[in-house]
Amino acid sequence: MEMETTHKIHIENLNVFAGKQQILNDINIEIPKNKITVILGPSGCGKTTLLKCMNRLTDLYPELKVTGKVLINNKNVLDAGEDIVKLRQYMGLLSQRPYPLPMNIYNNIAFGLKLKGVRKRRELHKQVVHYLQQANLWDEVKNRLREPASRLSIGQQQRLCLARGLAVNPEIILADEPTSALDPISSQYIEEKFVELKNDYTIVLVTHILRQARRIADYVVFMYLGEVIEQGTVEEVFENPKMEKTKQYLGGTFN
Amino acid sequence: MKLSGKIEEKVFKVLMVIATYSILAILALIIYTIFAKGIRALSWEILTQVPKGGYYYGKSGGILNAILGSLSLAFGATFLAFMVGLPVALYINVFLVRMKKLVTIIRFILDLVWGIPSIVYGAFGFSMMILLGLQTSLLAGMLTVTLFILPIMIRSMDEILRTVPVGLSEAAYSLGSNKSELAFKIFTRQTISGIITAILLSFGRAIGDAASVLFTAGYTDNLPNSLMEPVATLPLSIFFQLSSPVPAVQDRAYASALVLTLIILLVSLFSRGLGKRYHKTKINF
Amino acid sequence: MYLLNRIQRHRVNYTWMIVSLLLVASLPFLLFLGLYLKSFLLLHDYHLGDLLFSKVWKPGSGKFGFYPFIVGSVWVTLLAMLLSAPICVLTAIYVTQYTRKRFLRIMHPAIDILAGIPSVVYGVWGILVIVPFISRFVGPLFGVETLGYSILAAALVLSVMIIPFILNILIEVFRTIPVELKEASLSLGATQWETVKSVLVKKALPGIIAAFGFGLARAFGETMAVLMVVGNVVKLPKSVFDPGYTLPALIANNYGEMLSIPRYESALMFAALILLAVSLFFNLVMHFFIDRYNKFTA
Repeated sequence: MEMETTHKIHIENLNVFAGKQQILNDINIEIPKNKITVILGPSGCGKTTLLKCMNRLTDLYPELKVTGKVLINNKNVLDAGEDIVKLRQYMGLLSQRPYPLPMNIYNNIAFGLKLKGVRKRRELHKQVVHYLQQANLWDEVKNRLREPASRLSIGQQQRLCLARGLAVNPEIILADEPTSALDPISSQYIEEKFVELKNDYTIVLVTHILRQARRIADYVVFMYLGEVIEQGTVEEVFENPKMEKTKQYLGGTFN
Repeated sequence: MKLSGKIEEKVFKVLMVIATYSILAILALIIYTIFAKGIRALSWEILTQVPKGGYYYGKSGGILNAILGSLSLAFGATFLAFMVGLPVALYINVFLVRMKKLVTIIRFILDLVWGIPSIVYGAFGFSMMILLGLQTSLLAGMLTVTLFILPIMIRSMDEILRTVPVGLSEAAYSLGSNKSELAFKIFTRQTISGIITAILLSFGRAIGDAASVLFTAGYTDNLPNSLMEPVATLPLSIFFQLSSPVPAVQDRAYASALVLTLIILLVSLFSRGLGKRYHKTKINF
Repeated sequence: MYLLNRIQRHRVNYTWMIVSLLLVASLPFLLFLGLYLKSFLLLHDYHLGDLLFSKVWKPGSGKFGFYPFIVGSVWVTLLAMLLSAPICVLTAIYVTQYTRKRFLRIMHPAIDILAGIPSVVYGVWGILVIVPFISRFVGPLFGVETLGYSILAAALVLSVMIIPFILNILIEVFRTIPVELKEASLSLGATQWETVKSVLVKKALPGIIAAFGFGLARAFGETMAVLMVVGNVVKLPKSVFDPGYTLPALIANNYGEMLSIPRYESALMFAALILLAVSLFFNLVMHFFIDRYNKFTA
């Protein structure tokens, strides 16, 4: 019973294969609610694939075969069938590179709102403004809402993607190295925003930047070569790592 | 060894230059011939009138029947090909992402039909026409040309749709979009310039082809006014005028050839221009 | 404004897609089936071998020998390829290896324009320029008297028509050869030409063959331009200066007679069937080649 209220996502026996190669090996983790969970590890360890399993974006990669359970609100995402369309709205995605929709700034936000059923113009406008403000983008774009989103800088685009994701009212935010393409100021902004947002959302953040994890994580899952090596609170993992590989990675003596 | 090697290199370099510039020269020659011969006979009358009695023996009139006939046939065929082609291209790229084998088979079939000569479609269209009880008509011609340009339309669109990055699909799915919405609202907008190019390319092919309309569209001196009646087309108009013994009529054939060429050149220029304009909303990854 | 809700729209779109897909996927089979059924009348009464190899074409007397047309098509196509292939290869090499990238910016529109000119216009040009050229210059040069309407004329016009097809593929093929290969060869001391000759061309060979295959297929099925300059005489040509007759021209010229003579329609449909079969065959073979080429370079 404690699990339901304190943990948002349960992943059981997750295995992912790409042809004969195994990308993820028997993953079992619990993602706590309203906390920032960082999935940490060197490049190629499978953390992005793990993230993509959570909202079944693995469907887009025909070579991937996924088995196991990803339970969100007691529903197995991997078994969901057509419901996946609705389920995905529970989880907002922020990618490494911003992918604004090929529309103007206003419609980037409105697109998701319309999918949720918001029709009336006044309500749409109100919400678009609200979410742009939430992402701290409103002041910069208020005079050019009808301009193509492609004209924004990368930092602005990423904030736009954040606003867009928040607009569909997810409960979980999945972020895949969201600051790696950004300049330091934009990066800092995104990090601060996440800390703010965790009160209302569950955040799963993939990164290979140790310092970032240090700064904002509540919970850490350390991965290596497709396996979970260690998981725990940020203090447990960073100050008292139990596994040898974790110690090596954190100490910078990885080979 | 070295000297003959150097001579060989020089010889081939000269050959290469000759080859390349010959192609440009031939192009220039073709354009010059068509323009020079055509412009002499081009007149307002030719463009705005239908053939009057005895036109093919030198009497007055023009090729308006063919101009409008070709335009309406090509518009119709392009529209139909688009209505069938776009969903197929989108289906392959959005719905069948996970089924690589099926996609390969479909693309293979598309490859097979891609090079089929237009006269084959013409013959087939003729048979179908008889089967369906149609006379030679605008409709029969349109349907045949539609079949002819379908592979071109689909292949062009498929090529451009393949370039849409996975990340965009991921972003849209995360917002709760279903596959239809991803296909018809996002993929289309992302590739709009490519889609327009595909449409215009197909239009150019549709309006210029003679073999597919030869048996199916018939010919008439009248303006197109019904789907069920025969319609005149520019390529056939050129051909018939050229077959006339009267030099004045042959000259008009050159003018008609010029008109057809100009229409096609305009369409391709337009496609480059429009393509650039719609680039605004496209995201460059 | 949303007359249908999201699920309904999805269903409508989905149906539209599937119907279209089925239509398109069945196209080659429908074409083959349709033409075969139409030629059945002829195939029922005559031996396939007789049809293909008999030289006598007198539909009025029930004699349907397609040999002259097949030969005409083959001559015209092969000659066009012979003329066009070396030029295309040389140009492709020159444009991708020896000139600045800016030159391609001129070539691409030029190729596009050549590709866009309709068949009829090529025919007009052929009549205006090529036919007199042959009758007044080339013929006398070889001591031959000819009206100009000949296999050679058709081949010349056709060779220009297929240049854009072959050239586009060749340029693409040469452009996608990794630069490292060139660099490796040059750093071993080879000159640019030696690199091209021994390394690049070998690497590009499957692509080159594929390009030629496409050109061949395209040339074989070309109707209007060839029809206008080839002479349209049913006779086995003895030299390239003789007039000839091709399969597409046969169909195009006689469709008016089709319904008046028994089995004539069937015969013309059979000619179309031959064209379809040849085209499909070429496409299959070239597909195979390109597949191998892709695996090679992957």
